[in-house]
Amino acid sequence: MKTEHLVAVSEFCVYHNVDNTFIHSLQQAGLVSITMVKEDNFIPETELKKLEKMISLHQLDINVAGIEAITHLLERVEQMQQRLIGMHNKLRLYEEE
Amino acid sequence: MAFIDYYKILGIDKTATDKDIKNAYRKQARKYHPDLNPNNAEANKKFQEINEANEVLSDAEKRKKYDKYGENWQHGEAYEQQTRQQQSRRSSNSGSGGFEGFGGGFGGGEDFSDFFQSMFGGAGSAGGGRRTGYRGQDLNAEYQLNLQDTLQTHKQTLTVNGKNIRITIPAGIENGQTIKIAGHGGAGVNGGPAGDLFIKFNIPADARFKRDGANLYNTIKLDLYTAVLGGDLMVETPTGKVKVKVKPETQNGTKVKLKGKGMPVYKKENEYGDLFITYDIQIPVNLTDKQKQLFEELSKS
Repeated sequence: MKTEHLVAVSEFCVYHNVDNTFIHSLQQAGLVSITMVKEDNFIPETELKKLEKMISLHQLDINVAGIEAITHLLERVEQMQQRLIGMHNKLRLYEEE
Repeated sequence: MAFIDYYKILGIDKTATDKDIKNAYRKQARKYHPDLNPNNAEANKKFQEINEANEVLSDAEKRKKYDKYGENWQHGEAYEQQTRQQQSRRSSNSGSGGFEGFGGGFGGGEDFSDFFQSMFGGAGSAGGGRRTGYRGQDLNAEYQLNLQDTLQTHKQTLTVNGKNIRITIPAGIENGQTIKIAGHGGAGVNGGPAGDLFIKFNIPADARFKRDGANLYNTIKLDLYTAVLGGDLMVETPTGKVKVKVKPETQNGTKVKLKGKGMPVYKKENEYGDLFITYDIQIPVNLTDKQKQLFEELSKS
């Protein structure tokens, strides 16, 4: 397996000054996926954005359960924002110029 | 340049301990952090203020300096020193954030206020505050198009932070839609991947057509005689005029579908929406006596 698009969990934790167990609990909560290569844990590059968001929440004293709830809510907020754009565009049908 | 009350921003008083400041910062950040407020420019701005307040108050040296001069900061030696050095700083600070060629585009730059810069110098965002990611920062920009620009897929060169990038804008893109340009955001740290660039497209309402997805709508005036007797009519479509047959005895408000004359369907090649036209029948005005007489005859026939 290629490792170029993977980031070692250990390296990532040092950089962000977070504990390995934090990443592990996010994984257990199904919030982030971790890849094992030869007994080492790696984070796929595609998960980094999500993960770094969770770390900033963690640094605001929000625990994993809170992060889990926020993640679901944010997904819904983003869906709603998309729908709102669609509605705005549709409303233009009824606006007089 | 106005004085900024950092204590007020964090909602604490001047006797606050380091722990109070930390807690107040976290409390405010939980409300305004950009990660908790997607696509919310107002919250983003507020967060920058909070960050700046924290940057000053959580740093013993900066706090001391800030407390010493307070509202009389302009009389302080620091200000005078800064003023002298400002010329050189101005030139080295330019070019952070913002996109050339983008209408109202904004970068992810967390620039501190002028007040901060005149008191503490430098751009400031480097030391402490919000830790930058391993992965580069995502950047956001806005780009304006008109309806006509979206009829065909086209390539566009944009200048983002001094770099030229070529993007493809697919036909049929809608107002408010965002395209992700992977890897064109800020650079990563320690070999981390670059962030992405998100371009939001603004397409103002068109003067001629109303749009709903790929379908277009237009109301056109039809003279009474053509409506009654039928005939041909030239109708405007986004790609030019087409001839439309008007059926005899067409009623006011009749809607006609011109198949495939709408907008291209986003990312579906050779698929088009429809153009719906609604007839607004014009009753003749300023009739001559002769015309009135003819209408009277009609009404009795």
